[in-house]
Amino acid sequence: MVMSRMDPIAPPREGDLMTATAVKPTRDEPKIRAKGVSVFYGDKQALFDVSLDMAEKTVTALIGPSGCGKSTFLRSINRMNDTIEGARVIGEIEIDGENINDRSIDPVLLRARVGMVFQKPNPFPKSIFDNVAYGAKIHGLASSKKEMEEIVEQSLERAGLWNEVKDRLHQPGTSLSGGQQQRLVIARAIAVSPEIILMDEPCSALDPIATAKIEELIDELRSNYCIVIVTHSMAQAARVSQRTAFFHLGKLVEAGETEMIFTNPRDSRTQDYITGRFG
Amino acid sequence: MFEQIAQSRLALGLLAALLAAASAAFFMGRSRAVALAGSNPRSLHSRPNYHGYLVALWTLGPSLAVLALYSVGGDWLADRLALNSTPGAIAALPSFEQAVQIDSARALASGGGLAAPDGDFAGPIRELAHQMSIERGALKLWATIISGVLAIAGLAFSMARIRKDRRARNRVESAIKLALMLCSGVAIVTTIGIVLSLVFETMRFFGEVSPMEFLFGLKWSAQTNIRPDQIGASGAFGAVPLIYGSLLITLIAMIVAAPVGLYAAIYLSEYAGPRTRRTVKPILEVLAGVPTVVYGFFALLTVAPAIRAFGDWLNGVLMWMMPWVEGPIINPQPTSALAAGLVMGVMIIPFVSSLSDDVINATPQTLRDGAFALGATKSETVKQVILPAALPGVVAALLLAVSRAIGETMIVVMAAGQRAQITADPFQDVTTITVQIVDLLTGDTEFDSPKTLSAFALGFGLFLITLVFNLIAQRVVKAYREKYE
Repeated sequence: MVMSRMDPIAPPREGDLMTATAVKPTRDEPKIRAKGVSVFYGDKQALFDVSLDMAEKTVTALIGPSGCGKSTFLRSINRMNDTIEGARVIGEIEIDGENINDRSIDPVLLRARVGMVFQKPNPFPKSIFDNVAYGAKIHGLASSKKEMEEIVEQSLERAGLWNEVKDRLHQPGTSLSGGQQQRLVIARAIAVSPEIILMDEPCSALDPIATAKIEELIDELRSNYCIVIVTHSMAQAARVSQRTAFFHLGKLVEAGETEMIFTNPRDSRTQDYITGRFG
Repeated sequence: MFEQIAQSRLALGLLAALLAAASAAFFMGRSRAVALAGSNPRSLHSRPNYHGYLVALWTLGPSLAVLALYSVGGDWLADRLALNSTPGAIAALPSFEQAVQIDSARALASGGGLAAPDGDFAGPIRELAHQMSIERGALKLWATIISGVLAIAGLAFSMARIRKDRRARNRVESAIKLALMLCSGVAIVTTIGIVLSLVFETMRFFGEVSPMEFLFGLKWSAQTNIRPDQIGASGAFGAVPLIYGSLLITLIAMIVAAPVGLYAAIYLSEYAGPRTRRTVKPILEVLAGVPTVVYGFFALLTVAPAIRAFGDWLNGVLMWMMPWVEGPIINPQPTSALAAGLVMGVMIIPFVSSLSDDVINATPQTLRDGAFALGATKSETVKQVILPAALPGVVAALLLAVSRAIGETMIVVMAAGQRAQITADPFQDVTTITVQIVDLLTGDTEFDSPKTLSAFALGFGLFLITLVFNLIAQRVVKAYREKYE
């Protein structure tokens, strides 16, 4: 790693659109480092040359108006774009210094290290227990039934759902409320013991109370994971994240400490978006 | 005069006149409404067009109803009236022969059928036919006059009622709703009618043959002699061999169609690229469009002989392996349950694959994303997430395929054979419910013998079996459908 002591958010370059602020690095090495990432869907380019670092034990929020490429960027971190017909990713994304777009990386193994939570809660057509156990089972993480039960309990505990479901682990996952379902799929992601959790607008389908619970959970999870969250709500970004990156029209405009972005943005577009002039 | 009216196309002319009147009524109603509104179109509750439609409906509706009633029952009623003055020669006949003579008079009155009647009753028949013509003509004239009057009355009535605040739109809309309701009623009424006729004929059959014999009897020989003076006149009406035959062939068909259809659906919806899917899916669905009679002769001429040859060879092998058994172990026949079942299985593959493909495609993409994001492979995702989610739909598709297979007729008529027997050997010929219904009702039939009536009992049984499968399919879908969103 040549750029080890540089700003963990993004290496600023001359003439780059990005004018990242000089922030003290939280870690020596960023957990995730994206370098010149562009994504194409067929002939259409959705993401233009994005470089961004995301640190360990930090929540990084990706904000920006609809269609700005923030979800596309998020999906390239666990190679979910592979599942889309005609999608093409160029550039490098390193996790712990290893390029995940390298041929030698199996996306199946990568996704065991990078969990993901989606907009709409998507529990499988299985019981609550089996939903949480699913990832651990396919990766062979538990050698005995007891061990699996421990994994499930711990994951549900961490997702703040254990007390609500411990007496009905064998009911279908879809019988839970929306907010509970979302915590269930977070538990499901945690059960695989990932290093990174990606969240794609995890609260957009939830009511304010369920949202508050998820945000609280994100804050707790921060102590163990590198979290990247896409959100439409600037208030949410301000509440849960330590670092924020602002995307606009497929380009990364500005990235830095959340407080800086919200109080003293460098770019006028960021300023306009944050103050609600567009988006 | 009435006779000429009876032969004329008066009603047809009236219909044309009514349609013309209705369009005129539309314009009258509309311009009346426009005139009422004057310079302020918003003062009308309904747009002028609705007033026009309403006037046209009043003009057309009642008179059309009268015409419709007339065209359904007019001639029948007229003939009944004419029968009041049946010539003595015919009235004296026994009822069965009387009916024959009345029928020929009716044909004569309709201007078709036989040329001039001859024989003993030529005179009276002509007389009766003449009487019928007169009554028909009178009735037609009345119907025409009444519907014409109704049209004018409707026009006048509704024109007089056009007001600014008249709720013409709401009325037109309820008339349309009523028409839609009647259309959907047609299907229901027809179904009920068919079921009722099956039920009544079945009850007549059970008057002659005990239900116990029908349901549990192991011997079926309805084809045997039915004339009282012949030996074995009673016949045997045990339906078990037929039900067994139907189920055996259905089982063979499902053994072919369920896995092949399901795997084809999984391939198409999960693995095939869009281009493959675009070509393969229509081709698969073309299979569904092949007439079953084509499958039938394919089964009879190509598959059945091959199966028989294979069965003979297999029998030789089995005999060699088990020398202590005497006689053939399997007994291949020129037509066989296996031939019919295999071909029927091929026939319902597109049925299974198309329906399953639809339900697999309908599983939310978020489920696939969720599984992939956990690091599940494609096959793990399909087996453990997609299929369980699609299971109720797949089960329903399979049950619908079963009821289709049980009701399938042409292939089994051609390739399954005729012998009503209960055998575990699929190389032998069996017969099915549908085959027997065809046999019983084709050719010369007598509608009061148990032989013919048994076809209705079989048909009713078939209806019940498929109904049960369809109900189970619906239940399964309802009970296990996961709720997303």
